[in-house]
Amino acid sequence: MSVLVYTENWNGSFKKLSFELASYAARLAEMLNTNPIAVSIGQVGRDELEKLSKYGIKKTITIEHDGLTQFDTQTYTRVIADLANSQSAKAIVLSNNNTGKSLAPRLSVRLKAAVASGVGQLPEQLSPFVVKKRAFSGNAQAGLELKTEMKIITLAQNSFELVEKPVDMVIEKAEADLSGIIPKATVKDVEIQTGKLLLSDAEIVVSGGRGMKSPDNWAPIEELAGLLNGATACSRPVSDEGWRPHEEHTGQTGKIIAPNLYVAIGISGATQHLAGISASKYIVAINNDKDAPIFEAAQYGIVGDASRVLPRLVEALKKAKSA
Amino acid sequence: MNILVCISQVPDTTTKVKFTDNNTRLDTTGIQWVINPWDELSLTRALELKDDASSGVAKVSVALVGPVSTEPTIRKALAIGADDAYRVDTEALDAYQVAAQLAEVVKAGSFDIILCGIESSDYNGSNVGGMLAEFLNYPSVSGISHLEVQDGQVQVNREIDGGREMLVLPTPFVGIVQKGIAREPRIAAMRGIMMARKKTIQLVDAARVEPLTRTLAYEPPQPRPACKFIDPDNPEQLIALLQNEAKVI
Repeated sequence: MSVLVYTENWNGSFKKLSFELASYAARLAEMLNTNPIAVSIGQVGRDELEKLSKYGIKKTITIEHDGLTQFDTQTYTRVIADLANSQSAKAIVLSNNNTGKSLAPRLSVRLKAAVASGVGQLPEQLSPFVVKKRAFSGNAQAGLELKTEMKIITLAQNSFELVEKPVDMVIEKAEADLSGIIPKATVKDVEIQTGKLLLSDAEIVVSGGRGMKSPDNWAPIEELAGLLNGATACSRPVSDEGWRPHEEHTGQTGKIIAPNLYVAIGISGATQHLAGISASKYIVAINNDKDAPIFEAAQYGIVGDASRVLPRLVEALKKAKSA
Repeated sequence: MNILVCISQVPDTTTKVKFTDNNTRLDTTGIQWVINPWDELSLTRALELKDDASSGVAKVSVALVGPVSTEPTIRKALAIGADDAYRVDTEALDAYQVAAQLAEVVKAGSFDIILCGIESSDYNGSNVGGMLAEFLNYPSVSGISHLEVQDGQVQVNREIDGGREMLVLPTPFVGIVQKGIAREPRIAAMRGIMMARKKTIQLVDAARVEPLTRTLAYEPPQPRPACKFIDPDNPEQLIALLQNEAKVI
């Protein structure tokens, strides 16, 4: 028996979400009276793998295979499903990001295991197995019963605290059986912006809306994000106008994020925007309209024009940092 | 080349959702139903491709799993420009049931590209597309933000960490679509609405499939405390609050 957790790495280092997944899986395994086992696909060094033991993982299975250098959902599904069977998994835990969202439903059909996606908490009860998940774009939580023997959970990013619980961990190398699998997609080109903090990984996000008035006014937003070690984002009209790239659009149809701090500047806070950011732990709003709905979602607010407030805020932050 | 766009109907995205029957069901009184935003963008892109003679796309169909009350939503898709439609006549309880029904539609037809929105804005499952692909044993690509078809050759962009990847795909495949695939959803013109009346909605009997999950109850999110307003001339106070009260910077 086990709880299997699918970790993700980027250029050989685990993403922060992998440790959140490990923490969650360790707690879930405890509840289910079984062991958490991590799966790591691709080249990850021993020191990096060892980090998983800090979060309660007792065994890590690593798989390196030429056929797995490209992320192909069918191939990865097969590898993880085979492991779930050989390790008698009671539950599989993945991230609720694009990778997890592409694997979880395929695994569900292949293993006939029920999925709960966008989960932020441990199950409320075990028999029947009930877990809360995000619904109605953040306007509700649904209590979902998973009726199958094996369960699949995708964990919302930055929703589960890291729990340090150092244990002894064994690392096992496993072979992947890829016989009969021919990846069907061919990668033609890849564009990667290196050195840029991923929006989904950022703990602090500074976001601009139409109240910024022009794409030429983004320098203080980038400066503020830089000072806070955060990422930049934007509202839908801004990305639709082409002021900022689509990848930065946060909101119902864009990215759904849950940073520790979200700073909304010149964003009125339409329902659709709030749907993408309402899971943030703290929201700061800067807007010249005191009746803007963003202030209903925010804990801290400044009523004022961004062009006036932002430079002062940047200066004050610089002073605070050098103090 | 034929495209099938899987659609679902969801409450208009500005709806204030309410629940009924001890918070076990969505209160549908007064709800304005719309095509799920990502499905609508997928349909728009499919129609753009059909309009471009060099794509080789000949026909765009839509499929929806739902009772007769969903037909106005299907008519909307036909009015926007879909050629025909399938409705699987059942009230599905979870994504697994929906995907299993859609798989039967795909198997019975002849489709090269199957498009699904990345999630529905109501249940936020993100599961139907991937489940459908696995039922069919088709390749699937999730997070597609661009779709190009030239003489039957398919190229997609998908978002990956820190950038995007361009893939060439053989057909058939399931494309799971996110924002960016089309700029603005297409709006039905009067002519389209008239023509939609003559298009067929093929009724499909539901296959017997048990759901894997059950929704027990909904609860509204925790209300947030009232906003603390800070004097715009005193940003130092905001920084102090973020450092000492919220402890996030």
